Amino acid sequence: MTLTDRQQLAYIAGQAADARLNVELETEGMILNIGPQHPATHGTLRVIVRLDGEQVVAAEPVMGYMHRGYEKLTEVRTYPQVTTLINRIDWLGSFANEVPFILAAEKLMEVEAPPRAQWIRTILFELSRIANITLFLGDMAAQIGALTPVFYAFRDREYILNQIEAVTGGRFHPNFDRIGGLKDDLPKGWGEETKGALRKLSEFCDTMENLVLGNEIFAARTRGIGVIPADIAQAYGLSGANLRASGVDFDLRRDNPAGLVHDKLDWKVWTHPDGDSFARYWVRLQETREAIKMVEQLIDGVPSGPVMAKVPRIIKVPAGEAWVETENPLGAMGYYVISKGDLTPFRVKIRSASFNNVSIAPWVLRGVYVPDVITILASLYFILGDIDR
Amino acid sequence: MSTTDLEIVPPSEPVDEFRDGIVAALTVRLGSALVGSHVRPNDDLWVRVAADAWADTFRLLRDVHGLRYFNFLSAIDWMPSPYGRDMDSQVDNVLEGKEPKAPDARTTGVAGGDTRFQVFARVHNLADHWGITVKADVPDDSLTMDSIISVYAGANWHEREVAEMYGVSFAGHPDLRKLYLPTEFEGYPLRKDFALLARRIRPWPGIVDVEQMPGDNEPDEAAAEPA
Repeated sequence: MTLTDRQQLAYIAGQAADARLNVELETEGMILNIGPQHPATHGTLRVIVRLDGEQVVAAEPVMGYMHRGYEKLTEVRTYPQVTTLINRIDWLGSFANEVPFILAAEKLMEVEAPPRAQWIRTILFELSRIANITLFLGDMAAQIGALTPVFYAFRDREYILNQIEAVTGGRFHPNFDRIGGLKDDLPKGWGEETKGALRKLSEFCDTMENLVLGNEIFAARTRGIGVIPADIAQAYGLSGANLRASGVDFDLRRDNPAGLVHDKLDWKVWTHPDGDSFARYWVRLQETREAIKMVEQLIDGVPSGPVMAKVPRIIKVPAGEAWVETENPLGAMGYYVISKGDLTPFRVKIRSASFNNVSIAPWVLRGVYVPDVITILASLYFILGDIDR
Repeated sequence: MSTTDLEIVPPSEPVDEFRDGIVAALTVRLGSALVGSHVRPNDDLWVRVAADAWADTFRLLRDVHGLRYFNFLSAIDWMPSPYGRDMDSQVDNVLEGKEPKAPDARTTGVAGGDTRFQVFARVHNLADHWGITVKADVPDDSLTMDSIISVYAGANWHEREVAEMYGVSFAGHPDLRKLYLPTEFEGYPLRKDFALLARRIRPWPGIVDVEQMPGDNEPDEAAAEPA
């Protein structure tokens, strides 16, 4: 993987800051506590930064303020009950959390959802992405001091949440996915309404492009800031837009469709070579547009038929191990499910995107200036529930 | 994007030459340190290595097989839960006057296992679209593994999580403080013998959902009505 000049310079700067740390420790530094309650942390993430003047020499995120122990709780719940818990991992794109778990259980049971269920799953999966990333597109600008975009984001996200609510009955926690299919079918006339909502979101993307990406201040605050080279991104297991913004052309929706129907659609994986905060914003904006395109195609192409396969009423999953991951709004989310043939899973390892995405923070924050800490954390885009699980 | 034609195998064929080839290549390199392997054709691959070859295996996978992407690292406690099977806690059984259920026999998952704890990690080759799950038995006496931070920097937080949740220590880790739990927390929550208090003091309300309905003689074969 070749590095751009800017990536190389940022890497050297990081190394230099690292070397300085040992020297600077002998002098009196300053420790700044960002969080646990800070608007930039989307919840309660605390970052302890050690400063040398305005420059960060060491940063350490402190988590656990929201740890709910889902991996333990899944061991005392039946498979259908687990979806209630995992809805609350990434609460802005809840439906997307359910999908990989259900797919893993289906893989163990060797059940496949009917085609119609797979298509509707993909529709809701992509709508979750739009609802989730819309908020990022507005919020990222708010971290830099532009408050207008975040209001647009909240206003326009509502159109998508309304459509999700129309199908599932829940704005935030649908709990709609079932082993073998879906709880229910789409309501009548839903497709046309959704297309109307998508047109509004499409306008929102154009607005954001003009308002945020075209803004000189935004570019000055994000270009060349928080550069993550491709090999570092891979070693830390970054995923989603964070990985693609570092120039790695990888998207699970294209490269490992695993039960969803993204391979039947016409869309494109966007990457950006720079790996900086700007690139991460740019890639997410393009992804939202692609998701809008995808949902439009999906609505036109939904096959008819049942939405539920024949599965036993009491679900016992055969013994075995399965690993399924999907490209969720925040990045790759996977479940490693170990079953012993009981009503409950024996062990569920939840691989959430934000955990890996934030684990790079100590590396990427080294050597940056204090105001950039906020923009870099915002551009990595994490949800606290997705880190703490 | 480089070659993607490595996985061309006819779909009806239950043989996965590509993944079998990986196992063969690893066997040559690791010798007797490769303890077990499992291939799910055209889908997934597991290998189990000896504990002292844990870090070397990842170095090999990264440098020779191009698996540069670190996905996750975690652990499994294979001890059957001493609190009974399924969701019936001891307390439920005591309240209903039943004998406590005998715990299950200890089983192991794919690629086998000999010890109570296993660590497992998953790494990927993003260019060629394949991944591998590597397992290793954690020695029962020392409960210590080698850290793989020098191979994959991202393993840092994952190892801290395993250390606090399972009490498995990682030699060579620079900073094994607790990640989620309070510093003064005692015990290792994800171990099977760590009681989930909420389940012990109160019968599980969800249990009614899976009780047998009148007329259900063969619960496993009772098919759901299509929705």
